[in-house]
Amino acid sequence: MVEFLFYIFAGLMVLSAIVVVTARNPVHSVLWLIVAFLNASGVFMLAGAEFLALILAIVYVGAVAVLFLFVVMMLDVDFEQLRGNFKKNLPAGVALGILLMVELVMLSLSWRVVPAVTTASSSDTGVTNTEALGRVLYTDYIVAFQGAGLVLLVAMIGAIVLTLRKRDGVRKQNIGVQVGRKISETLEIRSVKSGEGIS
Amino acid sequence: MEQLLQSYLPILVFLGVATVLAGVFIALSLLAGASRPDAEKLSPYECGFEAFSDARKKFDVRFYLVAILFIIFDLEVAFLFPWAISLGTIGEYGFWSMMGFLGVLTIGFIYEWNKGALEWE
Repeated sequence: MVEFLFYIFAGLMVLSAIVVVTARNPVHSVLWLIVAFLNASGVFMLAGAEFLALILAIVYVGAVAVLFLFVVMMLDVDFEQLRGNFKKNLPAGVALGILLMVELVMLSLSWRVVPAVTTASSSDTGVTNTEALGRVLYTDYIVAFQGAGLVLLVAMIGAIVLTLRKRDGVRKQNIGVQVGRKISETLEIRSVKSGEGIS
Repeated sequence: MEQLLQSYLPILVFLGVATVLAGVFIALSLLAGASRPDAEKLSPYECGFEAFSDARKKFDVRFYLVAILFIIFDLEVAFLFPWAISLGTIGEYGFWSMMGFLGVLTIGFIYEWNKGALEWE
């Protein structure tokens, strides 16, 4: 059953990844990318990586895909015109693809798994996946963890510096001034005689 | 492992039911519904006018800023889950490790608050 599910998730993931690359409409590409993310989440779940599976669904589907959609919609690019250069750029693209493919194959051939990793599977020891992560992440891998915090800080400040624009002439609500207003500053009571107006 | 996957069986059943139901809806509307295709039905429609411009046009970058700030705090919260669940075993060192992480991000939070990045003009 698990193997059957693995082939369903993995097959759907590969299919939707192909559609991501071949779809004509870039917005459709992003939507299929979300399908690929969800299937990857399913594969993680089958591998027992419970925490990673759910974080993948939350972070990638919930946040990164939204960013991709923004980028696709914000770029004012004529995609038909880009497609016209397809033949011209084909050799370079194929060369780059083959290079990446060779690198990946070499990497997977020389990949060594430390024997301790396979036996330290958390499900056998009665410790949940999330807790097993937590036991090492904040103490043994503290440098990487604090580094992640710094990267997030840089991303935050970078995004603000790059995109925050102050604009003039914007009417903002100033609650302190609003609440601090007194009746005497704004209202004046006059008695009006009949038949006469107020000058 | 088996036990872990079995606890997710209801979600799988839910996914299966959702897929079948969606398939049935699409198949039924294809088979039983009236089909009178017309080019006008597929044309862009904007309250009776012809569409004024392309749907893909430049919009304010501030939406992007909101999304990226959301991602950053989303990730911060994601780091909190394993920490909270393993706090009993990682001791004081793990506790202060997370406090350092949160402190770094709080600096960024104070910066963006003072810059007014969280305000919508």
